[in-house]
Amino acid sequence: MKYQVVIGLEVHTQLTTNTKIFCGCSTRFGSSPNSQTCPVCLGFPGALPVLNQKVVDYAIRAGLATNCSIAPRSIFARKNYFYPDLPKGYQISQFDLPICLNGHLDIEVDGVTKRIGITRIHMEEDAGKLVHADVPGIGDDSCVDLNRACTPLLEVVSEPDMRSPDEAIAYLKKLHEIVRYLGICDGNLEEGSFRCDANVSLMPVGSTVFGTRAELKNINSFRFIKQAIEYEMERQAEILDEGGKVVQETRLFDPNTGTTRSMRGKEEAHDYRYFPDPDLVPVIVDQAWIDQVRESLPELPDAKRARFSADLGLPEYDVEVLTASRELAEYFEETLSLFPQAKVVSNWVMGEVTRALNDDGKEITESPVSPAQLAELLKLVEKGTISGKIAKTVFDEMYKTGKKPEEIVAEKGLVQVSDTGAIEAIIDEVLAREPGQVAEYRSGKDKLFGFFVGQVMKASKGKANPGVVNDLLLKKLQG
Amino acid sequence: MKITRAEVEHVARLARLELSESELDTFTVQMDGILAYVDKLNTLNTDGIVPTSHAVPMENAFREDTLKDSIGVENAVANAPKHAESFFRVPKVIE
Repeated sequence: MKYQVVIGLEVHTQLTTNTKIFCGCSTRFGSSPNSQTCPVCLGFPGALPVLNQKVVDYAIRAGLATNCSIAPRSIFARKNYFYPDLPKGYQISQFDLPICLNGHLDIEVDGVTKRIGITRIHMEEDAGKLVHADVPGIGDDSCVDLNRACTPLLEVVSEPDMRSPDEAIAYLKKLHEIVRYLGICDGNLEEGSFRCDANVSLMPVGSTVFGTRAELKNINSFRFIKQAIEYEMERQAEILDEGGKVVQETRLFDPNTGTTRSMRGKEEAHDYRYFPDPDLVPVIVDQAWIDQVRESLPELPDAKRARFSADLGLPEYDVEVLTASRELAEYFEETLSLFPQAKVVSNWVMGEVTRALNDDGKEITESPVSPAQLAELLKLVEKGTISGKIAKTVFDEMYKTGKKPEEIVAEKGLVQVSDTGAIEAIIDEVLAREPGQVAEYRSGKDKLFGFFVGQVMKASKGKANPGVVNDLLLKKLQG
Repeated sequence: MKITRAEVEHVARLARLELSESELDTFTVQMDGILAYVDKLNTLNTDGIVPTSHAVPMENAFREDTLKDSIGVENAVANAPKHAESFFRVPKVIE
C-alpha cells in the first residue's frame, strides 16, 4: 500500500541568557563538572526557584516572531518522573497554560509555500547530563554533571502539518534561522542548543485519520533528521504491509547505523502527573510588555530577504548567501552604508571576505577587516587609485595585518598607474620584445589582443590602469 | 469507588514505592475516602471561576539575569551518597 507520512516536530532551543532559568548560576557550556551549581539547580530541599525575567522576554520574542499569541497569564507546572539527571524528581515546565499559543511559519519546498502551524511555545528548565566518564574505580556506575540542570529552554511544538522529510527540514531550518536572528539561541546543534524530536506516523494515501506515531529522539543534525524520518517511514510501512500495528513509543536515533531503536521499559513514563508549581507565581504579560519586546525585535530573515531583493536589486543567490546569518547580513549592510553599491559590496562579502574567513576557520564577527575598512578599500578602487586586481592583494594584506588600505597601498607602492606616458613606455617595450606576435595580430589574429594586455599588466606588476592599457594598446597595434 | 486497587498500584510504582498486598488494600480504602471527601467540592457551582493555581495572591516574581557565585564542586557533592571526583555517582541506568 502507498502511505502518506505525517510529521510533527518538538524543538528545544537553549536560551543564551547569562544565568539559569531559576537561579544565578552560569549557563556556560563545557565548564568542569558540577562547578556551576547551587542549592536551587541541585534540587536541595527548601531551595526556592525565582524566574529569570530575560527568559520571559526571549519567550515573547520567539512567540512574536512565529506569529503566536502571547498568553496574558501563564503558569509553571511540575512534570514528575525519576531519572538521575533530574535532581528534584520533577522538571519545571509549562503545561496547560504556556506562554505562547497558535502561531505558524511559512516554509517553501520546491517553490511551493506551505503554512506550518505552531501549537505552542513554553518555557522550561533543562535536565543535567548523565556521563559515562572514565573515572577510575567506579565500576559500572554512571556519573552525573548538573551544570546543565536548570538551563533555560523554549520548547516549540508544531502541529502535525508536515508531509515529507523535506518539509520537516525546511521548517527546522526556518525556525533555526529565526532563533539565531532573534539572538535568543546560538543554534549550535552539536552542543545541543537546538534539539529536535520528531513525531512520525503513516496513514494510507487519501486517508485523513492519522496512524499511530513514534517519537524519535537524539537527532542532532539536519541530515540526521532526514535520515531518521526516512528510516522510520520504511520501518512503519513494513509493519503495516505485514498487517501489524505500529506501537506508540519513543525511539532513539543511532547516527552510526542511520536507524532508530525502541527505548524499552518506558511505557509508564508518559504519566507525568503535571500540577501547578506552587514555588513559582503566575507570569502576567500585559500589552505594554509585548509592545516593548516587539519594538526590540530585529528585522527577521524573510523581511530582510524581501528588502535585499526589491530595494537593493540583488540576485536571488546573493540574497540567500548574505542573509544566511544575521551577522553576515549586518556586515554587508554596514559596508553598504559606507559604500552604497550593493552588487559590488555583495561580491566582495561573498567572495574575498568569506573566502578569507573560511580559510581561517573564523566567523564573520571575528573578521580582521571591518566593514569600514572594506568600504575604504572599495573607495580606492572606485577612485582609480588601485585596480580591482590589486585590491585583492591589498585585502589579503589588510586581513593579515589589520592595517588600513591606504597604508598598505602607500607602503607597497601599489598605486595604479594611469599616467599615459609611463604606460606607453611599457607597451613599447612589450611590442618590441614580441615582433612575431605583433605581425600575427596585424595580419588579423585579433585574439592576440588579450595576450598583449596580459603582458603589459604583468610588466607593470598589475599596477597599470587596465582601461588606459586597453586604449593605448589598441592605438599602438593599429598604428 | 473513587479509585481502584490497580490505580493505587500504578501510582505507587510511578513514585517508586513498593507496597505489600495488605498495604495496597489499606491505602486503596484510605485514598478512596480522601477522594470522596474532596469530591464534596463538586457540589459547589464554580461556573465562571478561574481555576486556582496558587494559594498566594502574587504574580511576576522575577530576578535579573545577573550571575551569582555557585557553591563550588566540593559543597555540591558533599551530601551525595557517592561521588567520583567532581561527579555525582549513581547506579547505571539501563535503557
